[in-house]
Amino acid sequence: MSTQTLTIGKALNLGLRKAMEDDAKVVLMGEDIGKLGGVFRITDGLQKDFGEDRVVDTPLAEAAIVGTAVGLAMRGYRPVCEIQFDGFVFPAYNQIVTQVAKIHARSKGKVAMPIVIRIPMGGGIGAVEHHSESPEAYFAHTAGLKVVAVSNPVDAYWGIQQAIAHPDPIVFLEPKRRYWEKAEVDTAAEPEPLFRSRIVRGGDDVTVLAYGPMVKTALQAADAAAEEGRSLEVIDLRTVSPLDLDPVFESVRRTGRCVVVHEAPTTLGLGSEIAARVTESCFHSLEAPVLRVGGYDTPYPPSKLEEEYLPDLDRVLDAVDRSMEF
Amino acid sequence: MSALSQTTEVVDPVPGAGAPHLPQQPELIQLLTPEGERVEHADYAVDLTDEELRGLYRDLVLVRRWDVEATALQRQGELGIWASLLGQEAAQIGAGRALADDDMAFPTYREHGVAWTRGVDPLEVISLFRGVDNGGWDPVSTKFNLYTIVIGAQCLHATGYAMGVQRDGAESAVLAFLGDGASSEGEVNEAMIWAASFGAPVVFFCQNNQYAISVPLERQSRVPLYQRAAGFGFPGVRVDGNDVLAVLAVTRAALQAAREGQGPTFIEAFTYRMGAHTTSDDPTRYRLAGELEEWKLRDPIARLKAHLSRSGIADPAFFDAVEAEADELAAHIRSGTVNMPDPVPAEMFDHVYAEQTPHLAAQRDEFVAYHASFSDTAAGEGH
Repeated sequence: MSTQTLTIGKALNLGLRKAMEDDAKVVLMGEDIGKLGGVFRITDGLQKDFGEDRVVDTPLAEAAIVGTAVGLAMRGYRPVCEIQFDGFVFPAYNQIVTQVAKIHARSKGKVAMPIVIRIPMGGGIGAVEHHSESPEAYFAHTAGLKVVAVSNPVDAYWGIQQAIAHPDPIVFLEPKRRYWEKAEVDTAAEPEPLFRSRIVRGGDDVTVLAYGPMVKTALQAADAAAEEGRSLEVIDLRTVSPLDLDPVFESVRRTGRCVVVHEAPTTLGLGSEIAARVTESCFHSLEAPVLRVGGYDTPYPPSKLEEEYLPDLDRVLDAVDRSMEF
Repeated sequence: MSALSQTTEVVDPVPGAGAPHLPQQPELIQLLTPEGERVEHADYAVDLTDEELRGLYRDLVLVRRWDVEATALQRQGELGIWASLLGQEAAQIGAGRALADDDMAFPTYREHGVAWTRGVDPLEVISLFRGVDNGGWDPVSTKFNLYTIVIGAQCLHATGYAMGVQRDGAESAVLAFLGDGASSEGEVNEAMIWAASFGAPVVFFCQNNQYAISVPLERQSRVPLYQRAAGFGFPGVRVDGNDVLAVLAVTRAALQAAREGQGPTFIEAFTYRMGAHTTSDDPTRYRLAGELEEWKLRDPIARLKAHLSRSGIADPAFFDAVEAEADELAAHIRSGTVNMPDPVPAEMFDHVYAEQTPHLAAQRDEFVAYHASFSDTAAGEGH
């Protein structure tokens, strides 16, 4: 039986296992990923089965986790780096944006960087400072990187394998508050391509875009809107860079309205880029300006306030109302 | 027990005490005095043929001429900037000639002498400073990585590469170059922690040229740099960086120790940058002329020349021949630089990704079409 009910966390675990079985050059590196199995247990049991040289418990140094991955990649390995929490990626930021992203171009294609940098992203788990951030725009702004944000167990299982097999460096964002969400995963199915957005719910009134943890919120909003007689089309972007916007343009030309939802601070977040591109491509079809629902332009707040900070279905519905009012 | 799973033994806090390939010493290792006298060292021997000695002299002279020519080309507006190696020739040639064919070198951005030893055409280095590309050589076939401008980042790449060497069971080593300024960078310190922790076959070769642009060593470190290695748990050694024989001997020993599974070594090549950090700065603002005069007395080329002359290894005809070769090299560099074609504009899109994205492909097409709207330019094709 190839279909199993898996959480996102378990799907990632099985996907990593499959990637390691398929390619002996895959090496996992990170803090606490060995015996502990990672702080979220995503690498649970992998060191036991693949050994300490392939699932490497590293010293505590994010720049080194990514920087040594560069050298390993140059030597023909496919390193998969785990960054423990989103806010801890910044010590490695230099390596990611000045080195990992640039080496293929710098070498005119002679040196490939097939590195995956896994980051549990976003808030909603009641954590302390630096454990709940959404750094995707920093990476999407950097040429040479690709950025993927999964939202469900099926994409988690296939996406991590596809990212590891891909020749370019990929920042792979995992929706940490959704790690325990379950779905059926057919491990024998033909996977969808990695860098494609997908319509996850059809609708006619407003196109709602989301990725990662906000896809579930958008779907909840669509359920609530349906009770009020409004039909939302929800698109899971799945990939933050490159953005796959052709299905979005098609949808917006039909609905005439577009709302973009993400957790990251609104100013210069992905929503800004998407709003600009949707406007450029669908100007004559738009009945309302493209609206953004995002985090506020504040540092991520203490956890007692995070429900205020994070977009929820009511804020999405409010934006839908505003769009419909034009 | 595999090499990978071996625990690295903690060495004695006295630098070098725990490593059989290094002596228990903190002093500058020297095999050739500034006057050109050959001296012996108890722990480092170098046994070179006359031909090899003449070869080292030739290397030193040619890379200095390359450097002088590049500096002149910058002054004449042919290069955007140039990072001079003047004064550091022995450190770079000694280290570069210590590498075996299969060893990998990770330079920063001043290691033109090491590039020379790896067979890289000077024009391929100059192309970076002329703004034609980001370094035109092949880092895979030359085993000389492209330059890394962000200080110290390459030390982590070298360490990771060395971990790959370990996993492959290969008998080769990795040489990471850094400067005294880079020793303050967190990433360099992380690289040393990792190298020690995993026993990686990497040698950190620090050219202490006394200044990080304008800031002297005293602002980077309160202890001699080689002593820092003890804190990371591997040997540190200080060598006279203006003595090509000593640098060669010490680097060879450290690389061999790495290949044999003894883990990393930190080498501090004590030297001096005779020129500016780059052609953009003015060293007269931050250092005294007397200091430069003092270091001129330790010139790496003059001392080897004195040794070769005095010992009869080379005669005036040889020195004349090297000078003539240097003239030829300078002419090659000059004509090659001024005749270097500009890059094809649309190529800036071509290697951003191994697998091009639709968005960037579309941007490229727009760029090419835009260029084509001007009759006299070609964006997508060579000139």
